[in-house]
Amino acid sequence: MDFDLTEDQRLLTESVSRLLGDTYAFEQRKQLLKTPTGWSETLWAQYAELGLLGLPFSEDHGGFGGSAVDVMLLMQAFGKHLVLEPYLSTVVLGGTALRLAGSADQQDEILPGIAAGERRLAFAHYERQSRYDMTDVLTTAKASADGFVLEGAKATVLHGDSADTLIVSARTAGGRDDEAGLSLFLVDANSPGVAKRGYTLRDGSRAAELSFSGVQVPRDALLGEQDNALPVIRRVVEAGIAAGAAEVVGAMEAMQAMTLDYLKTRVQFGRAIGENQALQHRAAEMMIALEQGRSMAMLAAMMVDEPNAAERERNISMAKVGVGQAGRFVSQNAVQLHGGIGMTEEYAVGHFFRRVMVFEHLYGDTAYHLDLLADQVA
Amino acid sequence: MDLRFTPEEVAFREEVRTFIAENLPRETRERMRLGYRPKKQEIIDWMRILNRKGWAAFNWPQEYGGTGWSAIQRMIFLEENLAAPAPELLSFNITMIGPVLIQFGTQAQKDHFLPRAKNLDDWWCQGFSEPGAGSDLASLRTRAEKDGDHYVVNGQKIWTSTAHNADWCFCLVRTNPNAAKRQEGISFLLIDMKTPGVEVRPIISIDGSHHLNEVFFTDVRVPVENLVGEENKGWSVAKYLLGNERTGIARLGSSKAAIRRSKEVAKEVRMKGRPLIEDQAFRTRVAQLEVDAKALEITQLRVVSAYAKAGGNKPDPVSSVLKVKGTELLQNSSELLMDVGGPQAMAVWQAELAALTNEPEIGPEWAPQMAPAYLMLRAASIYGGTNEIQKNILNKAVLGL
Repeated sequence: MDFDLTEDQRLLTESVSRLLGDTYAFEQRKQLLKTPTGWSETLWAQYAELGLLGLPFSEDHGGFGGSAVDVMLLMQAFGKHLVLEPYLSTVVLGGTALRLAGSADQQDEILPGIAAGERRLAFAHYERQSRYDMTDVLTTAKASADGFVLEGAKATVLHGDSADTLIVSARTAGGRDDEAGLSLFLVDANSPGVAKRGYTLRDGSRAAELSFSGVQVPRDALLGEQDNALPVIRRVVEAGIAAGAAEVVGAMEAMQAMTLDYLKTRVQFGRAIGENQALQHRAAEMMIALEQGRSMAMLAAMMVDEPNAAERERNISMAKVGVGQAGRFVSQNAVQLHGGIGMTEEYAVGHFFRRVMVFEHLYGDTAYHLDLLADQVA
Repeated sequence: MDLRFTPEEVAFREEVRTFIAENLPRETRERMRLGYRPKKQEIIDWMRILNRKGWAAFNWPQEYGGTGWSAIQRMIFLEENLAAPAPELLSFNITMIGPVLIQFGTQAQKDHFLPRAKNLDDWWCQGFSEPGAGSDLASLRTRAEKDGDHYVVNGQKIWTSTAHNADWCFCLVRTNPNAAKRQEGISFLLIDMKTPGVEVRPIISIDGSHHLNEVFFTDVRVPVENLVGEENKGWSVAKYLLGNERTGIARLGSSKAAIRRSKEVAKEVRMKGRPLIEDQAFRTRVAQLEVDAKALEITQLRVVSAYAKAGGNKPDPVSSVLKVKGTELLQNSSELLMDVGGPQAMAVWQAELAALTNEPEIGPEWAPQMAPAYLMLRAASIYGGTNEIQKNILNKAVLGL
């Protein structure tokens, strides 16, 4: 047990904080939000230069062989600055799918490109009707003479509008809600029959609805085992939960700092509002929630590579619940303690609030994961 | 950063668990499993078993008969002891007066009191709170006036846990009522409870038990060699005592035991025609508490590990997080257990009473201690610095408000 950062981890967080401190001030971010893609190609190239885009990949693939804890530290910094670039979708979700299920050829072809900043991925799994159910997949892939033909639609695909490579789940066998019969495919986003409708989520980040109409993919587009993709899909989602949990911790840190600052400077009735014990105690409760949430994000990072599936899934669910509840408490009270100014688009706290809100509704919300845990009580 | 236990730490946990399993008297374990608090003699017996093993003074330096364990090992030991469930080490002896004497005591005080404290030859109690000095401890008024080679003590203490069992009391007294600051006129005295003029009166708490007391001092003569530290410098001794080792403050093992027990009993009782354990609302409540316990467990590891890293001599204000969340979890888990018991948990007819009258006990064996535990644990967010005071500490020491 050791909670200290290694020298490498210290350097990583320092260099990332420096870069984001220079480039991600609130006003700069607002300009980014107005661009058509909603994020910065220039920064993406800088992430590549810093080695961030290959952080969890092996050195053979142009990466750093970083651990889940390294990714956690990076995502925490991203959360603190509300980074908009498609890191989660490309490196975490896409990268995890390729690392776990990709053939040597597939990994060699794609991972170095990600690390170099030349390729971007999106994970197209959930559908409009599926909500949080991982097995509720209606998109189909029918075997054809030289591969498969994809038919169907995907919803809330993070950064699905700017990815060049899509990882698409589809049924090769079975029906809705069946655990077996799912397969993953690597699909060129510009293939004939792929249609995209990009949009922004409530936190300003980009997503897309994708549809697949008679999309032909070759046999070697299959990623991992045919009919048995669910274990990989689960682990990709778990990696997304662990990374997103760390982002929420970063966002909570930012909201806590902003709120404390406000409590110390805002004067009402002739004194700083932070001199009121009711508000002091709320601030202490926010700190307590933040620390409990941080512990749970650490748990997620610690468990994301755990080989025992039951143990891993249970702990990731716990982390999602813990971070979800902490995030809600901290963000709601951050707005409350700011008063009216916290309600305005012009002020940063509401942007952090919405980042936390969006993450809570990805990959199973608090109620969903609590229910999964309740199912296991014995 | 490595968030896993080392193989050595895992092996240590196993060693502790095995020792407790093999050496905890069966009757004590069985009574505690049903929620009864250990009797005085059970606590003494268990402390002596641990002392023979060399584990009673788990947090003292080795030169004073301690273990030399790391902060993580100390935490593992306490958790295993609570989860067994075994009687807790008497905190007055082990985490309070022991470390205080090691830090501030004279050689004679150390030589005499330390071996007796860890073998529970002396049962200590804490004379801090007074009717007018609760959270605001520095307003205490119990007087100690020098008379030759004695202090003469007059005044009253309250909420003195286990004073009726105690041989000795470490006490905060006012030696200089005219000091510029209230904190500067206070001294730390060791008082033999058998001294003439010491009177202990019971306070029965809402759980029906006698745990708390009032202690009255009337012209109690205390030899000057029983002063700890310097005269009028007792406040810094008290601050050291309150801030010292707070590894065990969350008492997580105890909450875990209550959650486990809730699940066991939920298999025996029914809800709408099915075992309660199958009810999803109940299961969700359990799941929530297990999530809370997990978060607390990791936060505790972080605090303990940071404390060890800092040299282990400065109290970490973040341990107030452990106090608040730990006591909330204790309260919520005891509440769950009582709710599982339902109406059966409401009867006062206890085993002791049944034995006296030769009548069978009312209700199942798991029922009698559910409500008392719930009731007693209302105090958890009051003692050791109320949870509101803990939030004040966080504000002052961490948040700068």
